[in-house]
Amino acid sequence: MTAVAEAPLVELRAISKRFGEASPLPWRRAPVVHALEDVSLVVRAREVVGLVGESGCGKSTLGRIVSRLLVPSEGERYWKGRPYREFDASSQRRERLAVQMIFQDPYASLNPRMRVARIVGEAAVVHGLASAGERDDYVAQLLQRVGLDPSLMRRFPHQFSGGQRSRIGIARALAVKPAFLVCDEAVAALDVSIQAQVLNLFVRLREELGLSYLFISHDLGVIRHVSDRVVVMYLGRIVESAPAAELYAHPNHPYTDALILEVPRIDARRRRYVPIRGEIPSPLAPPAGCHFHPRCPKAFARCRTERPLLREVAPGHLSACHLNEAP
Amino acid sequence: MSAVLEVEGLRTHFFTRAGVVKAVDDVGFALERGKVLGLVGESGSGKSITGYSIMGLVDEPGRIVSGSIRLEGAELTRLGREAWRRLRGNRIAMIFQDPMMTLNPVLRIDTQMVEAVRAHHAVSRAAAIERCREALAWVGIASPDERLRAYPHQFSGGMRQRIAIAIALLNRPAVVIADEPTTALDVTIQGQILFEMQRLCRESGAALIWITHDLSVVAGLADSICVMYAGRIVESGPVDAILDAPLHPYTRGLLDSIPSRNVPGRPLAQIPGMAPSPFALAGGCAFRDRCSRASAACAVAPAASRPAQLRTLRCVHPLQ
Amino acid sequence: MRIATTPVQVSPPREEGAESPWRLVASEFAASRLALLGLALLVVLAVVAIAAPWIAPQNPYDLAQLDVLDSRLPPGSQSLSGKTYWLGTDDQGRDMLSAIVFGLRISLTVGVASTVAALALGLALGLAAAYVGGWLDALIMRVADIQLSFPAILIALILLAALGQGVGKIIVALVTVQWAYYARTVRSAALVERRKEYIEAAKVLALPESRIVLGHLLPNCLPPLIVVATVQVAHAISLEATLSFLGLGLPITEPSLGLLIANGFQYLLSGKYWISFYPGLALLVTIVAINLVADQLRDILNPRLKR
Repeated sequence: MTAVAEAPLVELRAISKRFGEASPLPWRRAPVVHALEDVSLVVRAREVVGLVGESGCGKSTLGRIVSRLLVPSEGERYWKGRPYREFDASSQRRERLAVQMIFQDPYASLNPRMRVARIVGEAAVVHGLASAGERDDYVAQLLQRVGLDPSLMRRFPHQFSGGQRSRIGIARALAVKPAFLVCDEAVAALDVSIQAQVLNLFVRLREELGLSYLFISHDLGVIRHVSDRVVVMYLGRIVESAPAAELYAHPNHPYTDALILEVPRIDARRRRYVPIRGEIPSPLAPPAGCHFHPRCPKAFARCRTERPLLREVAPGHLSACHLNEAP
Repeated sequence: MSAVLEVEGLRTHFFTRAGVVKAVDDVGFALERGKVLGLVGESGSGKSITGYSIMGLVDEPGRIVSGSIRLEGAELTRLGREAWRRLRGNRIAMIFQDPMMTLNPVLRIDTQMVEAVRAHHAVSRAAAIERCREALAWVGIASPDERLRAYPHQFSGGMRQRIAIAIALLNRPAVVIADEPTTALDVTIQGQILFEMQRLCRESGAALIWITHDLSVVAGLADSICVMYAGRIVESGPVDAILDAPLHPYTRGLLDSIPSRNVPGRPLAQIPGMAPSPFALAGGCAFRDRCSRASAACAVAPAASRPAQLRTLRCVHPLQ
Repeated sequence: MRIATTPVQVSPPREEGAESPWRLVASEFAASRLALLGLALLVVLAVVAIAAPWIAPQNPYDLAQLDVLDSRLPPGSQSLSGKTYWLGTDDQGRDMLSAIVFGLRISLTVGVASTVAALALGLALGLAAAYVGGWLDALIMRVADIQLSFPAILIALILLAALGQGVGKIIVALVTVQWAYYARTVRSAALVERRKEYIEAAKVLALPESRIVLGHLLPNCLPPLIVVATVQVAHAISLEATLSFLGLGLPITEPSLGLLIANGFQYLLSGKYWISFYPGLALLVTIVAINLVADQLRDILNPRLKR
């Protein structure tokens, strides 16, 4: 009883993803992009895990692996303790609906030639959650829940503002009664005041519906606000993972440190910026050893050759840095 | 110190089939040498169009309807094409959000930069290349010779933006307008670019207008801030005054919406409603439908007032 | 200084009126007078073609009605039975006006039918190629490449020589020649669209693949197809005219405009211009009208800057 009840909702074990090595023919090898390397992640019921990192860190790829849009090159994914593979059959379609995704671009994520009623209601009707006759009522309820006027459901996406389109995308995901939402930069394209509204909506929905989120963002302020736990990624690897308050109060990894420092804050006036030097390396040719060593102000010899592993530096706080190990 | 750029009563309207859009409606500010002005607003506030208007880049169906823009004393709104060509890239330059709006994808970097120099100064190609190398070094690009021979697609987004900034600064302009240049970049790269821009303005004495929707970015960079809403400047003043003691309810609302100003886990303070459609601007204060302090007096568009020296405000119910 | 004078786009109003994307297209289409003229012309031509049996003074296919003594009469002359040949007669004694009206009917039928069939075939193959990818994509595209590298007329000639004469056969030939344009166009549009997030959303919602391709992907690949189709109608009509002119495709007893032109060709230099000239004029007007409409559609349906 207890073991099953405590199985995490989503678990990823040693996930790696590489793009571009499909063909065995030697003259058709494309350069390999190492998008993810040995990533393990756990999200429990009713938990919000924030995934933060910059371009090339692999957070979007990870989100797509969780939502089944991509298949990992290595590693296993588990839903409620069972491997994803068990849900591949078409008879298991309903189970697969439990994980849904909210996309970044409020313009491209809605079909421009479909009315909102169909965008939101189609999946529910196809999967039998509502009959064709009930569709409009079902959609009306969903639109109300996300704060939109139901009378607008006959309109097309281009007739809505960015914030409203975000809400439509959320309604679409909620229509299939998910338990878990992957929010891939869901508020990145929104103005600050609209972002606040949509973030509040996410928090409210989590309470009302008991949802779990994997909240992907590059914005540390947003992540801090919504997350219970924060995972920091750099160039395909997890470098640090801790409860939100702990991470911001006591960042361990030099990259996390730099990230937090770099974020412009409203109370820092006419700062003298001390930027972290160097460019983010390309995932086509990641540096050897610790991926961060070329830019790290505290790098030493071991960092160039040996990859640091995630170790617990405080309860619930993991970090992958050689500096943590006693020399 | 006299202002290097003075804008007064600027109005830029778009005459579309669906109606007139008053994208910029009576905007005015002054910019001094070596200072940074943050022009802050959300989508549809008119901040980008203000920047384009100053650069003379507004095309049909839009045009500057009235107002004056004075750059180093010269009136810009009445200039002909040739006069504009001599000014742009020379005395006044612009950096865009997408560096590919500046960079031609089929030309090498040195070709483009040399062209920018020689369009305004009769110098030899060798002298122009030297100037380009200097400019690339200013923006922190190592091994400039290699970079000069490369094409834009061989660079990352952050590098391209730095090259675009170098091009903007090639001819030591008096005014640089930067339209959301770091919005699309990663936080650590943004940090680098903000650092460069700060240093460059200090060293070259160029005045900078930084257009953005992110108040936190201008907090660290700007000397003064103008907050725009629905085509008007609703509040302006020194950065400390605006951010620590805002007078306009919209500014206060924007500041309060920032996640880092709120307690994690509790609902964020939010401004209700949405920005009005530019086609449906009724008279009066454009913010009144979303303002908790609105009253009947707000049905008349508030005139610009001066609540303190160096501050302007358009509100009949200011905070404090 | 490489600053582009960016045409600054203002986002359109979010009004009730112009609802559906198709209605938006219609209202923008109507903004051009020339395009409306073209459309009006097309409607007139279509009506004339459909109503041919009732409005033509004579049935040019009914050999019993023809009187060879009336052949090669100039425009405006009277027949022995009192009818006026408004545009003259050809060498068989056919009234040119009637022949043109019926010929227009055939030309438009062949043009539209072959375009619709080629569009359907090209659409199916192009979508399959884009969505399935891999070997199917390579196969279909290589066949299309081979096809497109031959001159259209050559392929059509060979096919018609093998198939013989008749309206159905000429349509088959035209479809064979044209499907590749549509397949290519649909494929490139589909390749772009299938990466978009709304398609990903449909996948995460576990919608069946067929529904995603037909209900989500297809409608968004239509705009470039429509542009190609309208231009291709004109192309098909002129191709058919060429083939008929060369003597293949349609039998002499059912002349299309091309065949009428061919018939009158030998008489051009001897002063009996009307036998070729008026059918040629009719063909010209038809193609110009189609092109006016197609041009405007192409301008409107161009991918726009994101709002």
